This record gives sequence, structure tokens and C-alpha cells, in this order.
Amino acid sequence: MYRYDEFDAAFVRDRVAQFSAQVQRRLAGALTEDEFKPLRLQNGVYLQLHAYMLRIAIPYGTLSARQLRQLALIGERFDRSYGHFTTRQNLQFNWIQLKDVPEILSLLADVEMHAIQTSGNCIRNVTADQFAGVAADEIEDPRPVAELIRQWSTAHPEFSFLPRKFKIAVTGAAEDRAAVAVHDIGLRIVRHPETGETGYAVLVGGGLGRTPMVGKWVREFLPKPHLLAYLEALMRVYNAEGRRDNKYKARVKILVHEIGIEAFRARVEAEFARLDPSRIQADAEEVARIARYFAAPAYADLPDNPPAFRRARAANPEFDRWAAQNGFPHKVPGYQAVTLSLKGIGEAPGDISSAGMRLVADLADRYSFGEIRVTHAQNLVLPDVRQDELFDLWQALAAGGLATANAGLITDIIACPGLDYCALATARSIPIAQALARRFASPERQQEIGPLAIKISGCINACGHHHVGHIGILGLEKRGEESYQITLGGDAGNASAIGEILGPGLGAEDVPDAIERLVAVYLAHRQPGELFVESVRRLGIEPFKTAFNAEIHHDAA
Amino acid sequence: MSTAKLQPLPAILIANDLLTGDTVFFAGNGWTRHPGEALMAEDQAASLRLGEAGQEAMRLNQVVDAYLVDVDLSAGGIPVPRHFRERFRLLGPTIRPDLGKQAEFPGLAAQAGRTR
Repeated sequence: MYRYDEFDAAFVRDRVAQFSAQVQRRLAGALTEDEFKPLRLQNGVYLQLHAYMLRIAIPYGTLSARQLRQLALIGERFDRSYGHFTTRQNLQFNWIQLKDVPEILSLLADVEMHAIQTSGNCIRNVTADQFAGVAADEIEDPRPVAELIRQWSTAHPEFSFLPRKFKIAVTGAAEDRAAVAVHDIGLRIVRHPETGETGYAVLVGGGLGRTPMVGKWVREFLPKPHLLAYLEALMRVYNAEGRRDNKYKARVKILVHEIGIEAFRARVEAEFARLDPSRIQADAEEVARIARYFAAPAYADLPDNPPAFRRARAANPEFDRWAAQNGFPHKVPGYQAVTLSLKGIGEAPGDISSAGMRLVADLADRYSFGEIRVTHAQNLVLPDVRQDELFDLWQALAAGGLATANAGLITDIIACPGLDYCALATARSIPIAQALARRFASPERQQEIGPLAIKISGCINACGHHHVGHIGILGLEKRGEESYQITLGGDAGNASAIGEILGPGLGAEDVPDAIERLVAVYLAHRQPGELFVESVRRLGIEPFKTAFNAEIHHDAA
Repeated sequence: MSTAKLQPLPAILIANDLLTGDTVFFAGNGWTRHPGEALMAEDQAASLRLGEAGQEAMRLNQVVDAYLVDVDLSAGGIPVPRHFRERFRLLGPTIRPDLGKQAEFPGLAAQAGRTR
């Protein structure tokens, strides 16, 4: 993975010193809260319901064992011995004291981490496919370009005060696991249909929040050396024309929607034509330097699906289930990527204790070249595990409570922190996720239902990605109570779609039964091999709506 | 008659401590972490005085984000906010009874009338 050079290290240390001084001035009363707030937000410090929250950047979701151990230490020393992984592949600590932030940032800098670009109206931490570099369906590893964009965008003087925050996601695989179509910019590494050269397909104007939109193609093939110039042109058009009069209409998706994708594209292309890509793109030498950090580790020459692996699976049904459900095809024979679910039944999605972090770090060192990935679905991944060592890994994970075999299933629920922590939330999210996980806890039942993504947000800002859940749940306030709006048919993948609202909001206690009714429609009508979301597409929303509303009307009668 | 919106009563003053971020309540002679010690305003004049105390504490950089919250006094003697958001703030995360004030002050959740 990427290692800081002397400039990166000095930059991060300078920022720690700068913010430490700002904290001291705030505590001494030299800065008012109005003056201090934008400064703390630029360093990932939020004020939540019970305490300050610190959001730490995990660029494109890649972590080293050493970094994860440091996060465990920070959790123990300054928080409540746990952290929360977010849908943006970051980590949040919920119980931070302002006076401790300088020391925490210094500890982060020790392991080449920081909290820059985790807040504010800048280009945020770039996200990527969690299986980058190892996925069997990958055209090219997206991490080098994600890192290039990170370096280009960090403290970019022109793009540090945009109309609103700006999120970029990258994937290099055939299947989109990074939800690129619901980002301000989504980049897909693609092959040119004629030359075979790799470049980027560029989507713009996707996003969730109160105005959910699927991104539109602004460039179907962008040659690699043009990337930063093209991004600069696009950002410049947005920076100049994006609305600043209304924060709810300030994202680039609104601009694209208001002027239309053709007009937007024309403006970007006109701006791009004025630029000289060779002066903006990083030197080929620097691009190559970055890429070298992502070179494949020293894989052993192994047979695929070796006898020991097959025997362990045959002898242990629980291991077999985990290997099948949480395993992911690796591009190298004899290896597998595996998802470590942070969705144990009844747990808070994305939460992990400091002890759990240490266990994962140790297992990453032992079994996966010391590397860990964070997924936007709030799980962890060990990307490079030998199949013949998978059983040993599974046993160690099971002992630490990290071997739940539910990746991609109905209990692998995304949930934002919601009103248990978040000052913006209008309702709780985590208790809904817990109730649903308990309702569908049976492993056999989960297998029978198959892949189904439930995503829960505790407010309209949609950190829990509810719009793109196969089933989405949005927590709102209705007449002084928490109320949950259910949507159906959203999709964060290649067939990106925004879910449709099924009916009136429900009380928390009614949500599990309502989801049961939706699942029942699917089980009754699915064709052989058809996934939940495919059935929704084929059947349309109506049969689900009918089942959903039947019971509600009955209750009301 | 003033056209200013009347503060629903009774009310307490809630804020975050600047240094720690902890939820704190105005006790009349300073700030307290225990909601049972919060000063309750029973009339508009008292609620105005509470509001002014909040402004002053923010000006003095003692607390952040101070505002009034309307409450009911529980049978256990705790001023319990009428809105669920502020109730969660009073006690801590509903999903982690081992954290927040509900853990720090034994008996608080029961006194405040939380059943779960």
C-alpha cells in the first residue's frame, strides 16, 4: 500500500501542529465557536449528541495492520474502546474530548493517517472497491488512481471552498462495488473498445441525500493522462456555477439536473479544451512511483481449491457456509479475499471493539500480508488469504466473534449512527438494524432468502444509503414519534437505481413485520435463481406495495 | 404583548461542555453533568433568564450549543425532555446502556422513567 514520502509526512505533521494551535486558541477563548467550527470540521471534528466525534480518513478503504492497531490504541486511550466504520470507508470515534484531539492526530500521523478531507466543502476522501487489486473481475487496480486523486485534491487551493462537499468513487472492476453512480463523480476504469487501452468512464451528478440521483455519463472514455485536467475542468465548472444560495441545492447533481447533462458536458469540454493536460497531470515518474506501492504482494504459486481446503469445508458445515458466503474470488489461484462481517446478530453495524481491531490486525499480519480493507457496507476484508489457511483464519475469527457468515445477506445491514449518536439525525437507525437482524437471524433462512441489501438512514441526508437499498429504511419524525419510511427496488451496483416509497411511515415496532411481508412476496413469486432485487424489477413495485399496505390498512381500521 | 414565541414550560438549559463535549445542564450556579441537578424554569421570566445564562456561558467559552428544552418532571425527580431526541441526549445511546450518563449515574434511567 501507499507509504508517505517526506512531503506527505511533513504536510500531515504541519497540519497537526496547525490544528493543535487552533484548539489551544479555542480553549483559551481566543477563537469563538463560530470561528472555530469550520476549522475543526476541516480536521474531522464534529460535535454530536453526547460528545465530540472524530472522523478519520481511510483513503479508498485500505488500512495496514499497524494502522488498525493504532486505531485500537486510540479507541482505548481516548474513547470507549470501540470505533465505527462508516459507509464512506472511514472510521469514527464517538466519545472524543476536544482537549485530546491534538494528541490523537499526532498518534495518527505516526502511522501515516489523518482526518483531513473527512468534512467540509472540499473534495472528500476518495472511496473505492474494497476488493481493489485482488478481484477476479478487475480490469485494473483503482487504488493508484484513487491515491493520485487524493494527492491532487488534498488542500487544492481552488477546490477547498466548493459550493458543497464533493465525493469521488473509483472502481476498476466489471461489477461496481463502490456505488460509483451515486457519487458526485464516479470513475470506472474501462478498456477502449477498439484500442484495448485502459482509461476512465466518467459519471457525474449522482448522489443520495434529500434529492437522490443516479449519475450520468459525462465522458465515456477518458485517456489516463487527461484525468486530472478533466477533473479540474469539471470541478471548475461546478465551482463557478454550482449554487451557493441554498445548501440543499448546492451539490453538483443539482447543477447537472438544472442545466442538463449535455449543457454540463459542453461546459466541461470547453473548459478542458482550454487546459493543457500535460501541465496538470502528475509526471509519469510520479504516477509510476505511486503505482509501485500497489504492486501485488509475493503470492505463492498454489493450486486453486486445494484438497485441504475442500476437506475442511466438507468436514465443517459452518466453515463451509462462511467460506461460501464471505469468500470472494481472488485473481490469483489458491487465494481468496474474505469479508469479516461487522454485522453480528444484534450488534451495531460497523462497530468493532479495540480488542477486535487488534485481532483483525494480528490475523492480517499472519494471513493477508498485513493489509485490511474497509467496505462501504461497513465490514472489513482480508484481501489475500491462502485457501489452505482459510480454516485456521476462520477458527481465530470465530473465537473473536468475527466470523458471522452473512456477507450480502439480509442481516448484513448498513445503518448510519442515527439518533443514538448523531446530532443531525431525526430518528434512530441502529435499533432498527438490530431488530431486523434478530428477526432474520436463522442462517438457514438467510440462505434461503439470498442476497438482499437493507440500508437504513436516520435522516434525509442518507448516510445509510437507504435510497439504494434493495429495501431502504428512512427514519423521520412524525407527530413527535420516530417513523420509518420504507423504499423498495434501490440498487447501488451496476443496475444503479433509487428505491420507490411503498406507503406511509411505520412505527419502529412495525418495521420487522413489514419487511417480512416484502420477503414473503419475493419467496412466493421468485423464479429459480432469481435474486430479490431481480424479482422486484420483474414484478414491479405493485405486489410488494399491496402486501406492505394491506396490513397497515388493517391496523388502521 | 410581545410577539416572541413563548417557551414551553417547564424548561431546562442543555449544552455541550466545550472541553469534553459532554452533555451538560445549567444548575443555576454553574453547569452539571447530572440532569437531576438541572435548574427548571417554571415561568417565562425564568426561562428568559436561563436563555441569557446560556448566551453568557457560550460567550465565556464554557459551553457550546446551549438551548432550552421543555421537560416533564418524572416521578423519580428528573426533568425529562418531552422530545425523544433530547431524552436520548439525557441518558446516552439507547443501544449501549453501558455508556453515557445512564451508565455513569446508576439509577438515572429508572428515575427518568426509561423502561428500556
